Amino acid sequence: AMTAHSFALPLVLFSVFWGLVGIAAPLFVPKGPNRGVIITMLVTTAVCCYLFWLIAILAQANPLFGPQLKNETVWYVRFLWE
Amino acid sequence: SFVAGVIHPWRVSAFERLLWRACRGYLVANFVEMPEPMEDPATGESVTWVIFLISYWGEQIGQKIRKISDCFHCHVYPYPESEASRVDTMNGLHSQIQDLSVVLEETEQYLAQVLDKVVLVLPTWRVQVQKMKAIYLVLNQCSFDVTEKCLIAEVWCPVQDLTQVQDALRQGSYQSGSSVECFVQRVPNSESPPTLIRTNKFTAGFQNIVDAYGVASYQEVNPAPYTIITFPFIFAIMFGDVGHGLLMFLFALWMVLNEKSPSLRQATNEVRRTWGGQVGSVGHGVRTGMEVWDPPTSLVNPPRSPPALTPPCSAHSSAYLATHPSLTLNPNITGVFQGPYPFGIDPIWSLATNHLNFLNSFKMKMSVVLGVVHMGFGVMLGVFNHVHFQQWHRLVLELLPEMIFLLALFGYLVFLIFYKWIKFSVAESMVAPSILIHFIDMFLFTSNPGNLPLYQGQVPVQMALVVLALASVPVLLLGTPLYLWCRQRALRTGHPLVATGEQEPLLEGQDAGNSVNATKEDVESGGHSPDAQHLDMAQIFMHQAIHTIEYCLGCVSNTASYLRLWALSLAHAQLSEVLWTMVMRQGFVALSYAGGLVLVPVFAAFAVLTVAILLVMEGLSAFLHALRLHW
Repeated sequence: AMTAHSFALPLVLFSVFWGLVGIAAPLFVPKGPNRGVIITMLVTTAVCCYLFWLIAILAQANPLFGPQLKNETVWYVRFLWE
Repeated sequence: SFVAGVIHPWRVSAFERLLWRACRGYLVANFVEMPEPMEDPATGESVTWVIFLISYWGEQIGQKIRKISDCFHCHVYPYPESEASRVDTMNGLHSQIQDLSVVLEETEQYLAQVLDKVVLVLPTWRVQVQKMKAIYLVLNQCSFDVTEKCLIAEVWCPVQDLTQVQDALRQGSYQSGSSVECFVQRVPNSESPPTLIRTNKFTAGFQNIVDAYGVASYQEVNPAPYTIITFPFIFAIMFGDVGHGLLMFLFALWMVLNEKSPSLRQATNEVRRTWGGQVGSVGHGVRTGMEVWDPPTSLVNPPRSPPALTPPCSAHSSAYLATHPSLTLNPNITGVFQGPYPFGIDPIWSLATNHLNFLNSFKMKMSVVLGVVHMGFGVMLGVFNHVHFQQWHRLVLELLPEMIFLLALFGYLVFLIFYKWIKFSVAESMVAPSILIHFIDMFLFTSNPGNLPLYQGQVPVQMALVVLALASVPVLLLGTPLYLWCRQRALRTGHPLVATGEQEPLLEGQDAGNSVNATKEDVESGGHSPDAQHLDMAQIFMHQAIHTIEYCLGCVSNTASYLRLWALSLAHAQLSEVLWTMVMRQGFVALSYAGGLVLVPVFAAFAVLTVAILLVMEGLSAFLHALRLHW
């Protein structure tokens, strides 16, 4: 049987994860000559990756059309996931 | 009498014939080939000479023979008449040969000894020569002072390093044992200092890339640290799939780990460090939703969670499937759409024949969103500059109009994209509005009745935004120059001591609207005044005009330019697919053992094409396009 994908759970999970990377992790970077660079890198990474993930999930949240599959593919997908 | 000599082997037959014809048999000629080749002293070739001995009677014949052998470029040697003298000559020659060979041997040995000694000290010499050269290079940049007794060097030195410099000078004087110490003195200077950005092995690559386009002025914000992440990120979007990304990562890892090996040292440092930076690209390659683009990787990593769009459980019978070669999954039907796929792109799309319809729309919108965010971020970096140099007027008169222009037009487009994603679903899919048409209509102030509005009040909102954006252009164009001009005027009226003679033509010129050339000449004569407040107004207006035009055109053209993120990722995906279906999959067609053997050359071809086209060519291409976008 197919499990439903929720929208809220991944949203919360990924927001928390990238929030940790971009906001919490910079607080723990040890003092040194590279502290500024490392913090910049962490924040930039968090922003880029979170935005990218968000675009991907939002684009699929309300699909306007579905995939067109060959009949063999339909049969195989049902076979695999049921 | 005899004539003895050596002749080139190719000329022997001609020589013999000519001798026979010339001397009519009054000679006996004997030809013997040399046992081993010897070097021709004239040309240096190694030739197997032919030794000849001609015995003849009569003086005239002897002369003829000598002339002929001259013609044939033979080397003639004296041949004594009597046996005893012949033996003597031979012994003499033998001893000569021995002596010469001994001398040669000794010379070679001596040469080897000398070279051995040199090899031991050569590295030291090389270092010494390089040091001397470096020292002279620096000394040549100094100038002699008036007394010609010491050198003066004018140096830009970071304030942080001043104590270090003083220490080094003191140490140097002490070590060289001189009586007079070198010292450093700060000299007041009104010139703008050069920009110094300290980098390490990792950041240097990115700094070099940014510096290639332009070096920031003294104390301006350095955009390079952000590129450490955005560059691999944008590279990964265009290049990204896990399989190829992993290969690139391994290659970069190998380069980074072996950076000390001498063979790699030959390669330019830039390449090495920047490729080391590409290590990050895999991190992004993994995180991109492109995870299942590359057909080989989708085979290796089967989708771990079920696809979001699936054939419904209340399935059509097998008979129905048999008669319908292709079916479209309609998300409107219950049970088909299970909610958005949580991580990346739903793998069902890679099996769909209409996958490009969905992917193109997704990737184009993604490109525009990322582009506007990236550009907006770049414009916002200017805030650091304006705050640091305390040019508050620029925040209001430059940054604000710039951001309004960008956000009112392209930020609004991003908003439309997100709004449509959230608000419109399959229920309205037949009448879903086209963002593109709306955007075009926004600029042309027209409307398309067939295109429904996205939200209520869309048309007046859009009109307002366009007017706002257009209004910000003259502010950007004239705001700062007018502000500076007014400020200068206020300062001048407040300081009547400043020579007004030179500056009046400036005012008049501007009031009368004279040509820029006229005001420029006047300004140049006034420009030599030591008044630091004197501003070259024509220059400022010109600069601001250029900046405005560049910014507005750049907004439009660069936003469109970000669509290359879509274009290259599409190209890479299609190339991978073609290579897979046309090359590798053909190897799996034959199911027999012979098919296994066929698979070996097929895989070889697949691997070569993958490396050459998909890794090297696409890698370089994505690198180049990522550079352009950062520009």
